[in-house]
Amino acid sequence: MCAMASLSDNLNSPSPTSQIQILNINWFQKQPHGNDEVSLTMNITADLQSLFTWNTKQVFVFVAAEYETPKNSLNQVSLWDAIIPTKEHANFWIQTANKYRFVDQGSNLRGKEFNLTLHWHVMPKTGKMFADKIVMSGYRLPEEYR
Amino acid sequence: MGWIGDTVDSIKSIQIRQLLTQAVSLGGYLFLHMSKDPIRAGEIVVFNVDGREIPIVHRVIKVHERQDTGEVEVLTKGDNNYGDDRLLYAQGQLWLQRHHIMGRAVGFLPYVGWVTIIMTEKPIIKYILIGALGLLVITSKD
Repeated sequence: MCAMASLSDNLNSPSPTSQIQILNINWFQKQPHGNDEVSLTMNITADLQSLFTWNTKQVFVFVAAEYETPKNSLNQVSLWDAIIPTKEHANFWIQTANKYRFVDQGSNLRGKEFNLTLHWHVMPKTGKMFADKIVMSGYRLPEEYR
Repeated sequence: MGWIGDTVDSIKSIQIRQLLTQAVSLGGYLFLHMSKDPIRAGEIVVFNVDGREIPIVHRVIKVHERQDTGEVEVLTKGDNNYGDDRLLYAQGQLWLQRHHIMGRAVGFLPYVGWVTIIMTEKPIIKYILIGALGLLVITSKD
């Protein structure tokens, strides 16, 4: 039963789409502990309807900032997430500040180029989970604190 | 324990017998080795916290991976929780490291719960466990 469920999930060819705009840098500071932190407001639109099958319990979606620093080859920081319970909820747009703190390990964020990635994790009623993402590049933080 | 108990008793290696017994008694969570794939945001990982018997199965929301060593520091959070897991970690601990993490959740079987996968040097163990799980599913009553 589980194998058949996963098999039918594999036959589904999902085609999610998404766009993310950064509307505003709310503030950008070096904190007392020495790490850079930024607060930003985003406009996130996505259509994840094609992910839903009869075997879909819910979809977990999140937006992460991804960037490199001299110390870290990869930094992934989740900025926002949501649980999408049904297909009817899966075509959405939301304007939001970051839900989780965007804090660097260090002070590397001034002028930093970064990607915003929209990830989806599809939780099945039964069987194997699957996940993928859309990578959007070309974002850049301000040169100066504000 | 019935069928599972017989299987556990018939396995010659003591270590593997102990692991299987622990696995079954934890209600479906299986902990062996963590696969060598890097840990990435969005994955659901299984980790232990000092003083708690039941491991926690939560999602990775932050990853910082070192250039030189490849070592990783991650932050986890339960999807339905308001805040991240730092209150669950040891005093003063801000991050989980690879050695805190025992496995990844890869799917969900009814009656059993999350199934974590696990890479083991001995492929036969993987097949025994998958077989045991399959039989558990088929033979358990609603």
